[in-house]
Amino acid sequence: MPSLFDKLWALHAIGQTPGGATIIAIDRVFLHERTGAAALKSLAAAGRTVADPRRAFVAMDHIVDTFPGRGDATLMKGGTAFITETREAARAAGITVFDIGHPDQGIVHVVSPELGIVLPGLTLVAPDSHTCTQGALGALAWGIGSTEAEHALATGTLRLQKPPTLRVHFEGELAPGVTPKDMALALIAAHGSAGGQGHAVEFAGSAVRALPMEGRMTLCNMATEFAAFTGMIAPDEVTFAWLKGRRYAPEGALWEQAVAQWRGLASDADAVFDREISMDASAIRPMVSWGTSPAQSAPLGSPVPGFSGAGERAGYDKALAYMGLAEGQSLAGLAIDGAFIGSCTNSRLSDLQRAAAIVRGRHVAPGVRAIVVPGSSAVKRAAEALGLDAVFRDAGFEWRESGCSMCFFAGGESFGAGERVISSTNRNFESRQGPGTRTHIASPEVVAASAVAGCITAPGDLA
Amino acid sequence: MSTPFVTLTSVAAPMLEDNIDTDIIIPSREMKSTGKTGLAGGLFAGRRYRQGREENPDFVLNQPRWRKAAILLAGDNFGCGSSREHAVWALAEHGIRAVIAPSFSPIFAGNAVRGGVLPLRLPREAVVALAAAGGEIHIDLPGQKVAAGELSYDFAVDAEAKAMLIGGLDAIDLTLQFSDEIAGWQARDRAARPWVYDIVSPSNG
Ligand code: SF4
Repeated sequence: MPSLFDKLWALHAIGQTPGGATIIAIDRVFLHERTGAAALKSLAAAGRTVADPRRAFVAMDHIVDTFPGRGDATLMKGGTAFITETREAARAAGITVFDIGHPDQGIVHVVSPELGIVLPGLTLVAPDSHTCTQGALGALAWGIGSTEAEHALATGTLRLQKPPTLRVHFEGELAPGVTPKDMALALIAAHGSAGGQGHAVEFAGSAVRALPMEGRMTLCNMATEFAAFTGMIAPDEVTFAWLKGRRYAPEGALWEQAVAQWRGLASDADAVFDREISMDASAIRPMVSWGTSPAQSAPLGSPVPGFSGAGERAGYDKALAYMGLAEGQSLAGLAIDGAFIGSCTNSRLSDLQRAAAIVRGRHVAPGVRAIVVPGSSAVKRAAEALGLDAVFRDAGFEWRESGCSMCFFAGGESFGAGERVISSTNRNFESRQGPGTRTHIASPEVVAASAVAGCITAPGDLA
Repeated sequence: MSTPFVTLTSVAAPMLEDNIDTDIIIPSREMKSTGKTGLAGGLFAGRRYRQGREENPDFVLNQPRWRKAAILLAGDNFGCGSSREHAVWALAEHGIRAVIAPSFSPIFAGNAVRGGVLPLRLPREAVVALAAAGGEIHIDLPGQKVAAGELSYDFAVDAEAKAMLIGGLDAIDLTLQFSDEIAGWQARDRAARPWVYDIVSPSNG
């Protein structure tokens, strides 16, 4: 009767501490240049070493430049030191770096699955809250702080209290044009941004089983916006087919042996969860956020809702003031200044293909700055091989090098204060994309359609 | 090793809104060096300062009464958003040793314990009552009690977090005491899951 999470936990539990925590084996650690240097330098200063450098990796993604022809220079003041110090510390520790210019460079949560570094049944941690993305492959993957990263590197383990479990069922068939991004936003809008509070969340149900691998990653990506400990989906034939042949995935007899074990990684029929939630997938519509929390999202055709009664009224008023909106105002048709397609939520090849299909033969509206940032250098190459770069460029989009880019503001590039931006990212917090920038999060399809229309628009409503 | 936390008596600055995220606690642009120090000036920078980095007198921590507060009172889901540990380092460096809120982001709560800051969960009504009382608050971690004047609450904390905070313990040292068990476990696991350890394609660019 164990659940998927129970199985992953049992598979990695080494022992109990006197304080009642479990020592959990960590199979993979990913670092990035925003905090990697701090963790590695602090580790070295304490006279400690990385227990198994072959199972640790560094992505250069958070503050690297995404302009063509980039080097170590970045628009973030002092940012170059983060890049060079992380690189030096990683090399000294013997850790693989997916560096600027490296063919495998990209956003950590895009690169790790696409290289087969994360695998079903593994534990993987990274000092980044969206590490839950990688739970889509049936792994136990979660975000940690950099002191915990030091712990994982030095000991190959973490000390953990077992989190409670929550299963979210999405039953039914998604309507055409409805995406995993809309599933995530609908869930968080319905249950609040603290709705998954500290739980290990398993996404299940017919609508989840029907999702392709990249869509599953989009759904798990936003588990952290739900305040979950992590998100995960049981691995199945879709997972195995997607992973087979990836560079770091096992091969030959080892692959067969691994798959045989992975097939057992599903919640038993009588598995017990601390909580269960059901969502009617067929009722979900394309969503867009209107406030400054992902919970403040609504179906695109609806007006800005009134105060729900949850939390503080002052928070609702503040969000509307920040966003320059009023209760009852229509979301569709709201004029935008910027459009951003990218981030670990929605920057994989299939995301770009669906967005490109919408902008093909059309043009970005006058006055709108539109940008596409592929999630990895490999995604960028694959998109270019399909001619998608030309589709986006011809339509008036900037086509960038891979990285986190304007998903978050690190002190460098932004759309500007007061600018209204439709974005395929995961966070619409105040100033997330730059001081005063007003972010509306939505699927890449809605971002593409809105860029063309010059206002928030569903793809089906494009002229 | 962080400063041990046993008891604490201080006024508590009220910031009762929900979802105070780590970017509000310390904006990304304030993380100026690759180290863990020099962050206190960036704490709540977006609210603490006006244009030209002049203090905003309206911000709670700039008000004479709360300037030296070592406790924050906050709403639901405190520390959500980015996992940046700088949020805890900045709070600690500024002198905040405890945050009392109805709920915390799980990553923030873990970081806080490691940084010697107590994430203390109390029901919303209790947090609101403490804010209304406005006076000094006494936190007794070994006894798991919070008191302020007439008000008194018990709070829950997991044993591991409690022991680490009280001892100011370094978790790595504690775990390395289990080295033999870890090595034994890995040897068995390597036989059962060789693909975890046999990294096929190391590449360094
Ligand atoms: S793309 Fe955005 S959310 Fe994802 S890791 Fe980068 S900064 Fe974080």
